Amino acid sequence: MIELKDLHKAFGAVKAVDGVSFTARDGEITGLLGPNGAGKTTTLRMLYTLMKPDRGQVLVDGIDAAIDPLAVRRRLGVLPDARGLYKRLTSRENIDYFGRLQGMTQAAIDARRHALVEALDMGEIIDRRTEGFSQGQRVKTAIARALIHDPRNCILDEPTNGLDVMATRAMREFPRRLRDEGRCVLFSSHIMQEVAALCDRIVVIAHGHVVANATPDELRAQAGSDNLEDAFVKIIGSAEGLAA
Amino acid sequence: MKTMLTVFLKEVRENIRDRRTVLNTLLTGPLLAPLMFVLLINGIVARELDKAEKPLPVPVIGAEHAPQLVEALKQMGVDIKEPPADPELAVREQEVDLVLRIPASYAQAWRKGEPAQVELIHDQSQREAGSSVSRLRGMLESYGERTALMRIVARGLSPNVTRPLVIANRDQSTAQARGGMMFAMLPYFFILGAFIGGMALAIDTTAGERERQSLEPLFANPVPRSQLLLGKLGATSAFSLTALMLSIVAFSISGQFLPTGKLGMSLSIGLDFAVVTMLVMLPLVVLVAALQTLAAAFAKSFREAQTYLSLLMFVPAVPSLLMSVFPVKTQTWMYAVPLMGQQVAITRLLRGDPVASNELLLCFAASTVAALVICFITARVYRSERLAISA
Repeated sequence: MIELKDLHKAFGAVKAVDGVSFTARDGEITGLLGPNGAGKTTTLRMLYTLMKPDRGQVLVDGIDAAIDPLAVRRRLGVLPDARGLYKRLTSRENIDYFGRLQGMTQAAIDARRHALVEALDMGEIIDRRTEGFSQGQRVKTAIARALIHDPRNCILDEPTNGLDVMATRAMREFPRRLRDEGRCVLFSSHIMQEVAALCDRIVVIAHGHVVANATPDELRAQAGSDNLEDAFVKIIGSAEGLAA
Repeated sequence: MKTMLTVFLKEVRENIRDRRTVLNTLLTGPLLAPLMFVLLINGIVARELDKAEKPLPVPVIGAEHAPQLVEALKQMGVDIKEPPADPELAVREQEVDLVLRIPASYAQAWRKGEPAQVELIHDQSQREAGSSVSRLRGMLESYGERTALMRIVARGLSPNVTRPLVIANRDQSTAQARGGMMFAMLPYFFILGAFIGGMALAIDTTAGERERQSLEPLFANPVPRSQLLLGKLGATSAFSLTALMLSIVAFSISGQFLPTGKLGMSLSIGLDFAVVTMLVMLPLVVLVAALQTLAAAFAKSFREAQTYLSLLMFVPAVPSLLMSVFPVKTQTWMYAVPLMGQQVAITRLLRGDPVASNELLLCFAASTVAALVICFITARVYRSERLAISA
């Protein structure tokens, strides 16, 4: 479970995140929807302790990120916005490197990698160097690398960014699988359709604030619209920076 | 410890697979300098030796005024040439090394027993011609001396009258020290080798990793950044040490091909030299790796990092330059200054001079402290939020 309480972060005079609070529960996909530049990535960066919040608290499975950031990172699987691979290493070597940094034994890494290769259908690419990978192959490797330690909480920052239609479809299946395994999945996107289709709970962020936090049904009722996409646009006040 | 090793092995593996890095740091850097050095020294020596043995060609103006002198010069190995039309111009334009002019007044002055003048036209700034000029000057002087002796003996005096003072040269430089003077640039080559060896990795592991957007996922792992940094510094130092070692081996091999014997010199680039040099260089290598990583961490991009690190390469030249401009006696405090300490120690080792163990220890300890300080500063920079985020 991930709890964010009143997070604030400013870069100079720009308030990137200005009082964000929400909870992502186990066994649910929580969608973080917002236009580009709304503060999604900054919020997530504070969550996985890359940045320190100016104010507020991050709790992961009850552990305070300010007090024990290493324990928090152990409980998180993070696919960040930046997902560069080591291009002179194979997909397998990329994944194993992170497994070792997580402190896993080689046997545990082998077992878990095997399961991930199966789940992400990456048997063909696992022993190829990642130089020249397609976007989809890159994202798969990056996800496998992020989840090698079997974390309870999975953070996926715009996992479908830059993918083609087929890869996007496959990538939307994967979070459901993680949820069904009982994990807490936090999924950020600026694509309305994707969030509407996938998420059990939707947190809408605009200008560094949480402007809505509800189930899809509640959102529709709140906006008085049957169409979730219309509801989003109504809540945010504009469709700028969003994609259908 | 385990994390450091994991990072170290990954960085080494990744960079060994980069052909350009391997080529530049492990081949070109350490091998090119010794090769150039040997070619250069060989060329210079061969030419000097050549000149000393070959007949010396000298254009002579007015040879007819002093047939005896000309004959004597011929016997001493001078090849008399036709003079150029404008001797001063020819010397300035470097068409000839020198011209000897014997004025018409020579014969008369000689007969009267007055000082007879000959003109040696040359260009002091032409170092090329230096050895020819001094050879001819020597011949002229010995001819003069010989004539003086004959005249004195003819007047019934002892030849010793003209020699109130005799100077005997007792050169105290050892053969190795003479070699060392020629090799004053060698320590710089070694230190430069360490710089070149670490450069590619320092950039790749920090600025490169950030530019390729892999630093952020790396930092999401549950390990302190200081340990990631230590692994990266370890890999950078390992490449730099390897380059240094190759460079020492290359120099010791190429040293065999130097005509040091012909010049009455000897160089000691043996195993002892290699071991002690590696020892004094070890902390410097870590210091350089940390400095390079620090500079790369400040750079906004790969390219910017390359610029910073290229500028950093001029730093090791500073002690070399200072010591060639202000040649001071080696003093103990110099060992306490990183870079200068290594420079002084390696220079002395090359010359075969003893370096006291407490001086070596001082050099090692001072550079270690400096390396630790820079590592600490780099670790602080590594902890900053900005570091991971690519613009």
